[in-house]
Amino acid sequence: MRFGVVVFPGTWSDCDFHYVVSEVLHQPVRYVWHRERELGQLDCVILPGGFSYGDYLRAGAVAGRSPVVEALRDFVGRGGLVLGSCNGFQILCEAGLLPGVLTRNECLQYRCQSTHLVVENVDTPFTRGLRAGQVLTMPISHGEGKYYADAETLARLKQQNLIVFRYASADGKVTKASNPNGSLDNIAGIVNPEGTVLGMMPHPERASETAMGGTDGLLMFQSLLGSLVEDGTFLKR
Amino acid sequence: MTGAQPKVTLDLALDAGLTAEEYDRILSQLGREPTYAELGLFSALWSEHCAYKHSRVFLARLPQRGPHVLQGPGENAGVIDIGDGWAVVFKIESHNHPSFIEPFQGAATGVGGILRDIFTMGARPIAILDSLRFGELDNPKTLRLVNGVVSGISWYGNCFGCPTVGGEIAFAPEYAGNPLVNVMCVGLVRADQIVRARADGPGNPVFYVGNKTGRDGIHGATMASATFDEHAEERRPTVQVGDPFTEKLLLEACLEVMRTGAVVGIQDMGAAGLACCTSEMPARSGTGMDVELSRVPQRETGMTPYEILLSESQERMLLVAARGREEEVRRIFAKWELEAVEIGRVTEGGELTARLNGEVVARVPVDLLAEAPTYRKPTTEPSELAERRAFDPLTLPEPSDYGDALIDLLGSPTIASKEWAFRQYDQQVGINTVVLPGSDAAVLRVKGTRRALAVSTDGNGRQVFLDPRQGAAMAVCEAARNVCCSGAEPRGVTDCMNFGSPERPEILWQFSEAIEGISLACRALELPVVGGNVSFYNETSGQAILPTPIIGVVGVLDDASRRATQWFKGPGHRVALLGPASVSLGGSEYLWARHRRLAGRLASLDLEAERRVQRAVRAAVSAGLVTAAHDCSEGGVAVALAESCVTGCAVMGCEATLVTADRTDLALFGEGPSRVVIAVEAARVREFEGLMAESAISWRWIGTTGGERLVIRVGPKVVVDVDAGQLGRAWRSGFEAHMA
Repeated sequence: MRFGVVVFPGTWSDCDFHYVVSEVLHQPVRYVWHRERELGQLDCVILPGGFSYGDYLRAGAVAGRSPVVEALRDFVGRGGLVLGSCNGFQILCEAGLLPGVLTRNECLQYRCQSTHLVVENVDTPFTRGLRAGQVLTMPISHGEGKYYADAETLARLKQQNLIVFRYASADGKVTKASNPNGSLDNIAGIVNPEGTVLGMMPHPERASETAMGGTDGLLMFQSLLGSLVEDGTFLKR
Repeated sequence: MTGAQPKVTLDLALDAGLTAEEYDRILSQLGREPTYAELGLFSALWSEHCAYKHSRVFLARLPQRGPHVLQGPGENAGVIDIGDGWAVVFKIESHNHPSFIEPFQGAATGVGGILRDIFTMGARPIAILDSLRFGELDNPKTLRLVNGVVSGISWYGNCFGCPTVGGEIAFAPEYAGNPLVNVMCVGLVRADQIVRARADGPGNPVFYVGNKTGRDGIHGATMASATFDEHAEERRPTVQVGDPFTEKLLLEACLEVMRTGAVVGIQDMGAAGLACCTSEMPARSGTGMDVELSRVPQRETGMTPYEILLSESQERMLLVAARGREEEVRRIFAKWELEAVEIGRVTEGGELTARLNGEVVARVPVDLLAEAPTYRKPTTEPSELAERRAFDPLTLPEPSDYGDALIDLLGSPTIASKEWAFRQYDQQVGINTVVLPGSDAAVLRVKGTRRALAVSTDGNGRQVFLDPRQGAAMAVCEAARNVCCSGAEPRGVTDCMNFGSPERPEILWQFSEAIEGISLACRALELPVVGGNVSFYNETSGQAILPTPIIGVVGVLDDASRRATQWFKGPGHRVALLGPASVSLGGSEYLWARHRRLAGRLASLDLEAERRVQRAVRAAVSAGLVTAAHDCSEGGVAVALAESCVTGCAVMGCEATLVTADRTDLALFGEGPSRVVIAVEAARVREFEGLMAESAISWRWIGTTGGERLVIRVGPKVVVDVDAGQLGRAWRSGFEAHMA
């Protein structure tokens, strides 16, 4: 599976994703500069964490209008897979590729901590190897990760089963205490109706090796690899 | 010379912070009156902050060489070889004065400055550690400072993308008027790709790269070279404003341009900005520099040569490129949307010439600027010290309940969990941090090798106050011991010396003694000091801080998987106490927290015993015999045991028996050097005993992990019997409750 990792000015999880894809998954991967408009032969494009353009306007707002994100729209239209984590999720929302918005954490402070995620939707290439209700452990690291959407959008997310991950307790209960940033309905990750664009605040690349304390992030990547069919399309289930 | 600048007089020179003698020396060396811009150059480069005028003669005593040293003091940062072709670049620096005036930006730009020191050497920063000292938390102003400093560090480090993995935060009333913000940064570089701050090769182009120059931070170096009074906040304009996003771009652009081989030398424009770089870089190379100030990118109009030379605007570097490779430099900085403007050339003749629109505004020998006068001012032991030391803590009343006393101590802000701060810092970006903040040392793997680095900072102002020589030696020992507890071998030291005004003989005595102590400990442990920073004038309205040397130690684990952390991992593990029996309540955390006394004598320090204990701990950890290893420091062995019970994911009980002492509080909370608590699985006990027998240290088994309570006997008598969960709650809330 051919991966691309997008680099904006201010991106910092690019090297970490690159490392996991090439050194842990042993898959071909290249960096994609933010000015590129050609995503050619890639199967999956990763939008990593960081502070693209300093996030000085609104997290992800400038990056969401960059040349590479315009190219990403065509890429998604052709059925390509996109994984946005942290700043990548913010960019996908700002670009309108996913609904809703990520706002300042409810505590008004940055949060770097381990979180538990309950898997709600296993009908995507990213999660088809997981069980519904399975609890994953992954760290978050953000100041603006409080997901918000209007009532209509939230209803649609629920109705179409587009919520993929929710913050939960270690035993999978969705509680206020387990919500690290005040996200609406404890939402940690959502997907588009086609199941090809996933945005999530947690960092799967930081939970992909035993040496880093956990491999639940790797389960997502393994799902992805298993979903690629020879004709270049992806399995959802 | 231009006539547009104000005429320089002795009064103007005194205003600029120079002494009459220094001004005379400038007159005689130049053979004329300096121009206004030249006066600015001398004022900044001859400031204490840049020139170490009062400290240089003492610093020369520190051991700076060793088999692994690739770069000692005198560069942007020190460099130590760690094997497999890799080297570690590290340094600690203070940003105390700016952080008191404006805590958020002061701390943020402290992080920015030390990051640049690391990446100018060609290294990618992989870890930040912060040593912070504040007044006590009952003061609303202190709460504001803590909040501001922590959010400033969080903002800059997180946006830049370097994890904050360690450091410490301590509180004492002596820091109320002068908080300490010391930031250490660690970076990795290929040993054959180190870049230095040199200006070799006359004719080579000099590039200004990074952010534009504004009027911020002018006189920052001079501000940091004076004490504060009640008008300190009026100096806010001398504090710089940071931009971590630009710094991130500057990092990537610098590392990319260095990889091309087009860079001859590069230096961060930190204190004293362009003035510092244009004199220090050629001074190192025996060359000169000729620069045109009108070409310097400016974000304000009408800046004078004086302002352009002395601005401390952040995120800027001076880069000397190889002649003929200018286009490569421009292309890479353009890619990262940063300025890269050729402002001059390296010259022969050893002079700095600064021009404005062609007209010379300053022309000074670089050696004269770089070699400020040094002083050996008188030192005197403070008269009240003997009396303080003579105090016997055992004359104070004993606690009626030692369980409660332990809970109180564990919940005192200095000892309690600092998670409130650390959860605001990204701790993992770069995916190297294999031991997160919360153990004695943070551990970072070196990708592509089996190795890892262990890093720790330490410094105890109370101990140094009571006995500067031994207190400073103990700080070195403790930082090194922390690194050993993770299983690593200490390789190098960086020190940040925080003191009051060196013009007072009592303060300079503290400093001189502390340097001697660091020197003794470093020699005994065979640890070179490869860089650091001196911060004097930490006093407000005549009240100096506790003398506080902060020691940063970097160590190497040959096998990253053979490491230990401080918390107990399971029941039934035997617990040992390694190290000599000598302890004292003098200068202890207990004596302060419970009795509000800063007095008494420190326990004796045996550097040979220290060295052996460190070696034994390393050997046991790297042989895989150890399930937990924790240094005994503030709060003595009782607090060390309690921390091992409560600082892991799950709370674990323990039963231990300590030898009797003159009094129970001395046995529990007495502090002494060279002591480590270790846990060993039952199956490995024999092997561990064999290893200890070979190591020629004093040690004994003191207990076993298990259950839900911490039970401590002194001799036959149970003196502490507390629910470990209750200890955990006290430890977790002791600091955070103040900040909520």
